[in-house]
Amino acid sequence: MTSDYFKLIALGLITLFAALAASWGRDLAYQVHAVLIMVISAGMFIWVLRNTDEPVTAGVDANGYMDDVVRAGVIATAFWGVVGFLAGTYIAFQLAFPALNLEWAQPYANFGRLRPIHTSAVIFAFGGNALLMSSFYIVQRTCGTRLWGGNLRWFVFWGYQLFIVLAATGYLLGSTQSKEYAEPEWYIDIWLTIVWVCFLAIYMGTLINRKEKHIYVANWFLLSFIITTAMLHLVNNLSLPVSIFGSKSVQVFAGVQDAMTQWWYGHNAVGFFLTAGFLGMMYYFVPKQAERPVFSYKLSIIHFWALIFLYIWAGPHHLHYTALPDWASTLGMVFSIILWMPSWGGMINGLMTLNGAWDKLRTDPIIRMMVISLAFYGMSTFEGPMMSIRAVNSLSHYTDWTIGHVHSGALGWNGMITFAALYFLTPRLWGRAQMYSMSAINWHFWLATIGIVLYAASMWVTGIMEGLMWREVDAQGFLVNSFADTVAAKFPMYLVRGLGGVMYLTGGLIMVWNLWMTIRGGERVNAPVGVPAE
Amino acid sequence: MDTYSWMRQFADSWMLLAMTLFFLGVIVWAFRPGSKATHRDTANIPFRNETLPVSDNEQTAAGKDDILKMGGAS
Repeated sequence: MTSDYFKLIALGLITLFAALAASWGRDLAYQVHAVLIMVISAGMFIWVLRNTDEPVTAGVDANGYMDDVVRAGVIATAFWGVVGFLAGTYIAFQLAFPALNLEWAQPYANFGRLRPIHTSAVIFAFGGNALLMSSFYIVQRTCGTRLWGGNLRWFVFWGYQLFIVLAATGYLLGSTQSKEYAEPEWYIDIWLTIVWVCFLAIYMGTLINRKEKHIYVANWFLLSFIITTAMLHLVNNLSLPVSIFGSKSVQVFAGVQDAMTQWWYGHNAVGFFLTAGFLGMMYYFVPKQAERPVFSYKLSIIHFWALIFLYIWAGPHHLHYTALPDWASTLGMVFSIILWMPSWGGMINGLMTLNGAWDKLRTDPIIRMMVISLAFYGMSTFEGPMMSIRAVNSLSHYTDWTIGHVHSGALGWNGMITFAALYFLTPRLWGRAQMYSMSAINWHFWLATIGIVLYAASMWVTGIMEGLMWREVDAQGFLVNSFADTVAAKFPMYLVRGLGGVMYLTGGLIMVWNLWMTIRGGERVNAPVGVPAE
Repeated sequence: MDTYSWMRQFADSWMLLAMTLFFLGVIVWAFRPGSKATHRDTANIPFRNETLPVSDNEQTAAGKDDILKMGGAS
């Protein structure tokens, strides 16, 4: 086929350029990445070459849904989840025991380099793959049509994994543009943009080809997640590379404009990546698992529009008491508080979907995970607006309370709904009647829930304590505590937090074992669907 | 011209009004008469086409309803 010749030319040129870049690269991260890309494209070159002019074997499943990429997404989500939880648990213990920064492994094993690996692994690798797999699964079912774009789906899947690997190895080797949750340098940003545009094209193409008259609400949320993430990524990563042969780049915005752009990005990454996208999952998987349509479709429409109109303004609450003008931080604060309403509307809509089927909560551990996930969504969307109020923020900002808030949202809401989706999808995608072990899901549920409770509670205590210690002044107006005093006082709470992390990680490992056994096909005959609560 | 000033003025006036009206319009539209049947049908989309896509010569439930409705009206 002629297209193979174009592929060979393109791959050959990429390999050549990567080889030159590996040799002329100005820093280690860039050189390692160039070698990585050279090896990958050379491997693909050989693979395409060996298949050129060979007889084309017909696709196995020419009429059904394109679920192969969803299966790959399930595996990637579970894999990156465990990697991210492990990194998080390790850095939690680094904070308690600084010796774990490992003198001999400096600078690589430093908390400062491992922390972005943890955040990116859980948000973009674990959460991103969960969204990728759910988007591809949901859009096909709710549109009654196959994915648009043929093999483009594999480019998006593997392209996204490459982005994760480039980002993570970059952090280890010290390549970062120092923007929280947007650390990857310019060439990784460009690569993600290409992958993301293809993702959007597949999604839009499938929606356009739909056989249903209306677009189901889950697709509205997922589409807003894809479009807004593209917009945020482009604006926040406007930078000029110092050299095409080096990873360093310089931001276009400076000073308070840069800070505002960063937190406009940062908060809407929470709002559209971790909220709108996961709400799309919620609006599909919760009705499916409960076997009843969503409580109120009207409420879901209002939920969607209110959420996207309000969230985009909430970013400035990250910059209270900074160089940002007061009107802007007040604006962010006001919108954050109004945002409480649609958030709780959505939570109620999800929970009330179980109306008339509450008994499932006793018998179905997957439903239980979805309910606890919605409960944590409600809890953290109450806590967030409260913390955005300037007076509360003056106590909570820069303390561990913020970390606790983020984790009750991420571990509780995002983690739990993703676990539920994995347990929902795996038996269906591999043609099994149900998960291998229902009692293992139960174990996972309780380990994860208790882990989150330990995490959030210890961070509330340590965060408020540290905030109060920082502001404590004596009769003369001098500060009472030094910074090191607060660090020493936090030690017991750091141990509790680490324990919570270990429990959450253990739950994740049990899930991986359970998924593995389900995929392998050893169906346990006597496993009851549910375990009575008595 | 100062970009900030005119953008700020635009955001404070026409754009704010347009977005507020759009948002209110969405709510009114969701509660329009006759939306109930549509919403019930749309809310049931996840329970159709679970294992196989709709083939080209087959109509969806929503499509069928519309054809019946049109037949009834004429």
